[in-house]
Amino acid sequence: MFVTDSPIDLASFLTDARAGDGALCLFVGVVRNEHQGRTTISIEYQAYGPMAESELAKIAAGLAREFPAVSVRMQHRVGRLAVGEASVAIAAVSPHRAEAFAACRAAIERIKTTVPIWKKEFHPDGSSDWVDPTADVI
Amino acid sequence: MKIRVLHFASFRDAVGRDEESREVIEGARIDDLWAALAREVPLFARFPAMPPAAVNREYVPAGTRLSEGDEVAFLPPVAGG
Repeated sequence: MFVTDSPIDLASFLTDARAGDGALCLFVGVVRNEHQGRTTISIEYQAYGPMAESELAKIAAGLAREFPAVSVRMQHRVGRLAVGEASVAIAAVSPHRAEAFAACRAAIERIKTTVPIWKKEFHPDGSSDWVDPTADVI
Repeated sequence: MKIRVLHFASFRDAVGRDEESREVIEGARIDDLWAALAREVPLFARFPAMPPAAVNREYVPAGTRLSEGDEVAFLPPVAGG
């Protein structure tokens, strides 16, 4: 399963390298304490669970075709997360670093584009907003 | 025919429920369903065009015909990562 409501076990991603791998590239998305000048105290991630799973599987299959030497593992968290918690983790392992970096970067960019997951930011005054990455940045 | 519509994130807040069963006419297209929802939900009426949509958990283009029992979702801008 790519989507989990439990904390992501980051240490487990560090043991993904196979005997022939010389590179492990790990990307971790972390909840930040502000967004466009407003303080964030926590974020609620909501997913269209079954579709998120299938879209993440499509991304994984696409990466396997484009980067045959690379093995990629991805996990996305849902639920209420505090500042500093990991929201997404991607490990790309390969014999050499260039393709591991490239596959890892491609994975996170695609996740942000097609996977039906949303986030609601909670502010210190009790208000909250759904984040719209397509809205103009002020 | 009967279909199921799922609502997420800001759309769920606007509609006030996470899913509903709806009756649509035979041969209805996904944009007809969006137009019907936009007549009921003020937030939807403000959209210049149909947002990304999924039928049975796959993205579909405008014009897609619906079938009995379909699971339909209109997707607010995604914000994973």
